[in-house]
Amino acid sequence: MARYILNRLGQSIILLVIVSIIGFSVLHLTPGGPLSQYALTPGMTQEAMDRISEQMGLNRPLPVQYLDWAWRLLQGDWGTSYRDNQPVLDVIGRHLFATFLLMGSSTVISIAIGTWIGIRGATHRYSVFDYTATVGAMIALSIPTFWFGLVAIYLFSLKLGWFPAGNMYTIGDQSVLNYLHHLIMPSVVLALVNIAVWSRYMRTATLDVINQDFVKTARAKGASERRVLMKHIVGNALLPMITLAGMQLPNLLSGALVTETVFTWPGMGRLFLDSLGYSDYPVVMGLLMFSAILVLIGNLIADLVAAAIDPRIRLA
Amino acid sequence: MNTAINPAASSHWWNSRAMQRFLRHRLALFGLAMLVLLTLACVFGPYFLAYDELFIDLRARFSPPLTGDHYLGTDPLGRDIAARLLMAGRISLLVGFFAMLLSTLIGTVIGIVAGYYGGRVNAVLMRFVDAFLAFPSIFLLLALAAFISPSPVMITVIIALTSWMEIARIVEAEVKSLRERDFVQAGRMLGLSDTHIMFRELLPNAAGPIIVAATLTVARAILLEAYISFLGYGIQPPLPSWGNMLNGAQQYLSSAPWLAIIPGITITIAVTSFNFIGDGLRDALDVRTEPG
Repeated sequence: MARYILNRLGQSIILLVIVSIIGFSVLHLTPGGPLSQYALTPGMTQEAMDRISEQMGLNRPLPVQYLDWAWRLLQGDWGTSYRDNQPVLDVIGRHLFATFLLMGSSTVISIAIGTWIGIRGATHRYSVFDYTATVGAMIALSIPTFWFGLVAIYLFSLKLGWFPAGNMYTIGDQSVLNYLHHLIMPSVVLALVNIAVWSRYMRTATLDVINQDFVKTARAKGASERRVLMKHIVGNALLPMITLAGMQLPNLLSGALVTETVFTWPGMGRLFLDSLGYSDYPVVMGLLMFSAILVLIGNLIADLVAAAIDPRIRLA
Repeated sequence: MNTAINPAASSHWWNSRAMQRFLRHRLALFGLAMLVLLTLACVFGPYFLAYDELFIDLRARFSPPLTGDHYLGTDPLGRDIAARLLMAGRISLLVGFFAMLLSTLIGTVIGIVAGYYGGRVNAVLMRFVDAFLAFPSIFLLLALAAFISPSPVMITVIIALTSWMEIARIVEAEVKSLRERDFVQAGRMLGLSDTHIMFRELLPNAAGPIIVAATLTVARAILLEAYISFLGYGIQPPLPSWGNMLNGAQQYLSSAPWLAIIPGITITIAVTSFNFIGDGLRDALDVRTEPG
């Protein structure tokens, strides 16, 4: 296990380096590059730009600049937001909770419903249920999340008035119930796509397990059908889902961003879009790097958990 | 392949087993029919409409669908939604199609090179694929779209730049499994160049998975274009796209819901069609990939 952990950790560090190189390249694509803040200032002359450029060390060779940038990133110096002059990491930190709340609740919903649909589809293969679930999943994957959010707002906020159309809580009322009331619609909208993904993968995983010898052995030993299903089939089919959860993380983050923009949910996605609107490039770049690092950490954790449970992975 | 086993069978592609399996796939046929209809409507439809997509009918602003002579109603400026929808379809379908071509090209080349050479080349290229996958695609796409001038060509390019990784992974796995097969060894013994082996011998054998992945990439590209245009960073007005037609829709959601509903349903139909066709192709070409 120690060997596996070290190996996997090494891979993550290499990936982190490549991710930072991609991030650095994107940074240099910003209008005006790292000087964008000054490029937008009215009355800025080329001479003054050159002077600042020299002060900031932008006339040094690119690899040196990269190392300098990466070193500051490692030390937690992610730059300052143009908009409110606060450290980028603090600004991101203030929006983390909302995104995690949305992603977490939506994941709980989608895993619960998705695995159930997947298992039922696999055990009742080619039934009406299975067929409907397959077609339904394909349609769910085709509906644009942001548009589904608009339709949900139209139906459940504007027409029926059941749920608020946006924000995380009503100003002046920070009770848990109020949060929940605001949370339901965005998390269900975000869950739709993920239910489809989970149910498809769970169906395949269950079908892979369902005819294996250990399932037949369990039946032959006289285990009840319920016990065979719950312990032997579902238990083993859920294993690959742990890795999948890690792999789905970037999609989940993308989906959260999309949902947040429609529901004015004050998370990282909303922050990303607002920062784009204000040309607040340090925050945009910070969020880009932060989310990639988050995904790498998520993948690492998922793989380690899977390896801890399944000896086939850690000994391979 | 079929002819080698059964010389009597016709070698025409429309008689092949894959084609017959595809024709038995009802959803795929349904998707194909919808797509053909949609494409024909977008190509020829605008010539049959009374208004073009830019004509501003000031007296008929905010007309609901099926009232007056605007079949699908009008937008806040009084422009005909039916005309805009079809013209937007041209843009959105073209962006989706070319983004698919470009990302398939990038993904295939990287996948083949990584799979064929293996070793260090593979390690470097595939780590790059992993690193790109670590960025939530929407974040990367929006950042790039905001930094560069958003012409339809650039939008297509950046969508392709953020969606080639899946195909690279699929092709790499396929080529890796084919690399040591006899026909490749034979090619090497004949002294064929690496390029010839990769693109003339290995590529045709990996065609099935590539076609399936490419079909699903069109669906994905249409969704991505719709989203960034909805936010105002994609296709810029007055050029209509399905995404930017939704751009102002949220604001008029209670007074003019058709502004949101009509383009949204059209996007869903187009994307569903591609997903259905992709599913049918997966069955027909007997590709064992993860569902998604």
